[in-house]
Amino acid sequence: MSVTDQKPQPKRPSSFWSYANPVKFLAFSERVLPALWVLSAICLGVGLVWGFFFTPDDFRQGSTVKIIYLHVPSALMAINAWFMMLVASLIWIIRRHHVSALAAKAAAPVGVVMTLIALVTGAIWGQPMWGTWWAWDPRLTSFLILFLFYLGYIALWEAIDDPDTAADLTSVLCLVGSAFAVLSRYAVNFWNQGLHQGASLSLDKEENVADVFYFPLLVAIAGFVLLFVALVLYRTGTEIRIRRTRALQAREART
Amino acid sequence: MKALLLRDLALALRAGGGFGLGLAFFLIVTVLVPFGVGPQSELLSRIAPGILWLGALLACLLSLDRLLALDWEDGSLDLLATSPLPLEAALMIKAVAHWITTGLPLVLAAPLLGVLLNLPAPGFLWLVVSLAVGTPALSVIGCFGAALTVGVKRGGLLLSLLVLPLYVPTLIFGAEVARRGAVGMDVQTPLLMLAGITMGVIALMPFASAAALRVNLR
Repeated sequence: MSVTDQKPQPKRPSSFWSYANPVKFLAFSERVLPALWVLSAICLGVGLVWGFFFTPDDFRQGSTVKIIYLHVPSALMAINAWFMMLVASLIWIIRRHHVSALAAKAAAPVGVVMTLIALVTGAIWGQPMWGTWWAWDPRLTSFLILFLFYLGYIALWEAIDDPDTAADLTSVLCLVGSAFAVLSRYAVNFWNQGLHQGASLSLDKEENVADVFYFPLLVAIAGFVLLFVALVLYRTGTEIRIRRTRALQAREART
Repeated sequence: MKALLLRDLALALRAGGGFGLGLAFFLIVTVLVPFGVGPQSELLSRIAPGILWLGALLACLLSLDRLLALDWEDGSLDLLATSPLPLEAALMIKAVAHWITTGLPLVLAAPLLGVLLNLPAPGFLWLVVSLAVGTPALSVIGCFGAALTVGVKRGGLLLSLLVLPLYVPTLIFGAEVARRGAVGMDVQTPLLMLAGITMGVIALMPFASAAALRVNLR
């Protein structure tokens, strides 16, 4: 991104990498953000209202089953947010695009909130169903560990002043953390047999949950995904502007 | 490499506090546990493997921020980085020195403290084996945490937070070996997993540590 690099570039507007340019990224995200906000609001509204008010109560779990519309999508996004951070960190390490590092930074607080929602809604559901707020079940424990990884990642970003150093170190942490998160998942499985039911959703099963619950759940998941994308784009834009403001201030101070 | 190892060992010995600190902490934890949970010997013997593993882990954690911080402050790390020795190897040596000064005394002291906690007789062998196999992993992982946080002022808390989730698998398998050994069950599976973790981190972690340290030395 140096100024001397002024070769006339062949026009490739369709390349994904062109959005590594902060200006292009901001222009693009400003164009799509309104649509994303509206779409995610619609999906969340439809999915949650449909799920909460227009589905029957489960014959065993009663109305507590409806927490699935918050629990499953947030749990899904908690893992996917970490995965997105891993990809963004890899892009930063390999191609040194600043937007990528900032996107990883922007995604972490969203991910930690998703993890927290999943843990809290799970506890609220578990209290009447399992008779306990918390059990050292593999899935619950893995999520607690994921939560700790998020906290460590965010704390490391906050602790280091130089942005490039912070981006490098957190990327390394994200890579190592991902390996250990997978390892912990298997270790925890080995350590305690679970109370938690199997996966609610998977691609290779005929029917995961009954269709009446399934379709509103899909809509709610779409809403969470869109909300996550919108939040990350928005927060990345904020980070870019903070970076710019700092650069401007530094230039002011020099003159 | 040998010179670096000897230097680190000599420094740890002469600095006084560092060498005994982990051991003293281990002793404190295990001595205080019976006061906390009560003196029933069957309860103590049931939780002894876990307590001993936890004590060893915490004692190891306690000494991590000294692993690189002193060399960072006086500039020895910069010298190491410019020396012909690869930084990966230098960090590995540092982790080994940390293990010899912290992990090894813990391994040797664990059976004595096991007596205090009424550890069942067959458990002693597997406790020592699991600690001997597992503590190197703790040192190597801790070295990564130290390399990440070496540039942070008062990074001790941050270091603990970062290293905590990384220690989970080692603790699970290590404590499982010790527990199964104490009740006379087959220890092969967790022991193999523990050894796998140790070998894996020894092989891979120095690269991550060196990458982090290079960023910090930039």
